[in-house]
Amino acid sequence: MCNMGDFDYLIIGNSAGTVGCIEGLRSVDKNSTVALVAEEDCHIYSRALIPYYLGGQITRDKMYYRPLDFYDRARVCVFQGHRAVKIDSAVRVVELDNGSRLGYGKLLIATGGKPVFPPIPGLDKQNVFSFHSMPDLMGIEKELAGARSAVVLGGGVIGLMAAEALHKRGIKVHVLELAERLLAPVVDETTSHLVEGALQKAGLALYLNNTIDQVNGTERVESVTLKDGRNIPCDLLIVGVGVAPRVELAEGTGIEVNRGILVDKKMQTSVPGIFACGDCASIYNFVTGVEQNMPLWPNAYLGGRIAGFNMAGIERAFIQGTTMNAMHFFDVNIVNAGINVIGANQGNGLEVIQKHDSDGQTYRKFVLSENGQIKGFILVGQIARAGIFLNLMRRKIDVRAFQLELFKNDFGYADLPETLRWKLLQDDVILGVV
Amino acid sequence: MGRIKAKPEVCMGCHLCEVWCAVAHSKSKHIIKAFLYEDDKPLPRLVVEEKLPLTFALQCRHCAEPDCVTACISGALWKDPESGRVVHDPNQCVGCYSCVLTCPYGNVFINPRKREIIKCDLCAGLDTLYCVSHCPNEALVYEDC
Repeated sequence: MCNMGDFDYLIIGNSAGTVGCIEGLRSVDKNSTVALVAEEDCHIYSRALIPYYLGGQITRDKMYYRPLDFYDRARVCVFQGHRAVKIDSAVRVVELDNGSRLGYGKLLIATGGKPVFPPIPGLDKQNVFSFHSMPDLMGIEKELAGARSAVVLGGGVIGLMAAEALHKRGIKVHVLELAERLLAPVVDETTSHLVEGALQKAGLALYLNNTIDQVNGTERVESVTLKDGRNIPCDLLIVGVGVAPRVELAEGTGIEVNRGILVDKKMQTSVPGIFACGDCASIYNFVTGVEQNMPLWPNAYLGGRIAGFNMAGIERAFIQGTTMNAMHFFDVNIVNAGINVIGANQGNGLEVIQKHDSDGQTYRKFVLSENGQIKGFILVGQIARAGIFLNLMRRKIDVRAFQLELFKNDFGYADLPETLRWKLLQDDVILGVV
Repeated sequence: MGRIKAKPEVCMGCHLCEVWCAVAHSKSKHIIKAFLYEDDKPLPRLVVEEKLPLTFALQCRHCAEPDCVTACISGALWKDPESGRVVHDPNQCVGCYSCVLTCPYGNVFINPRKREIIKCDLCAGLDTLYCVSHCPNEALVYEDC
């Protein structure tokens, strides 16, 4: 049991960024005192595994992101089941919902995001859930036994993962998407259509350019009436339209907020000694060069880890983050990173090279800058060794001399020009032996 | 903690490192039994990079700051501080392939048989590094660093 008091490092939140911070901190500082405040009253789990659990692929114990003794071994005091309600940055104190106060030397805000509920009346009914937390998971699980039909509001990554999970449990799933295609801001049109094909083949019903006009039922949703007038009876309604950064703790502290809590490359906010990471933060995107909210698991963990190093006085910069997703819908694997959808205002100087195989199932697209750097890519179907592309992107390599090689399904370091190849692998090979 | 390094100039491209890596990760650890009789045919956890006449083997670098561990959504990958290995627990892996997207060496492999990844474990639990010890021309070496 932990006592209230002062801690060298205090973390608010209990997900990827928190673990990143603790693992970063403890790799360089074994002795300082560390505490965290966790709102949910359970051991750290991975939100990203919710669809795998509800889809029946994993058991509940597999949802834990780190072993049960993780915090003990890292010597972290956990204030579980409590919410931080106020940061007093002048005296370096965080106040909890039970009135207790925790002092800190350095603070990390890793409060994550909260699911967005669109302003549609009736979304507060019993069988309506977001797809974000343990209570969501337990609520949905309870409904699964008796559910035959479900409506998923939102055709983004979360909505589609929810849809597939429910489909796997034998439920007829209806997906509603306001835009004219699925995954609209995340992937390009070609990819959207490949995903639509995969979902339709599996038997999901898709409704594009559509949303809920009316939720019908008294205490429970019984059906929804769509914008186009159609009516879908349902036993379960999942809202998966997005997540908004939880920034309320920044209010009144002087911490600058730009949709998310704005941090520099050291993950420090505008108030010295206070850091932020993960879904609540606006972090540096090395592709666009601007700070933006990028609520993705790798960014959260790495942001937390880099915050941890900097909190411990070891200078590290967060310069590896961008938008990136590894996704799969039924048997279609997709990875993307950086810019792959070129909007009207991004087109300047960017060139697209792409190849859609005749079998229709393999697709590769790269977005190149004027000087030949990869600014983004998307691979559908064949994703093996995709990380090499991300590495070329991070290292800002001019790929023009070998750009057609990028389309090879087995593209590797052998396909790079000699000088570049050995430069990138200088610590990995021994040359000059003959 | 050392790492395996390739000597591209003396690599013959025989792919025996792949064969023996597969054997090392088979049930029987016996080359004939493994390939002929095991239900799950053994799979290699390294790749021979090839653009003839160039060939060289590349396996997980067990990075100091591994991007695959950063990206892993399930806690199936971690860096073991004692051994320095980047360890993968297949029981915890859900096959999201975030590590495939982030490994700068393209050295996390998709298991073609089930939704999970496979990777080099530096022959954990075995008495030798199979790819190194079976290379006929010593084109793979283990170096302490």
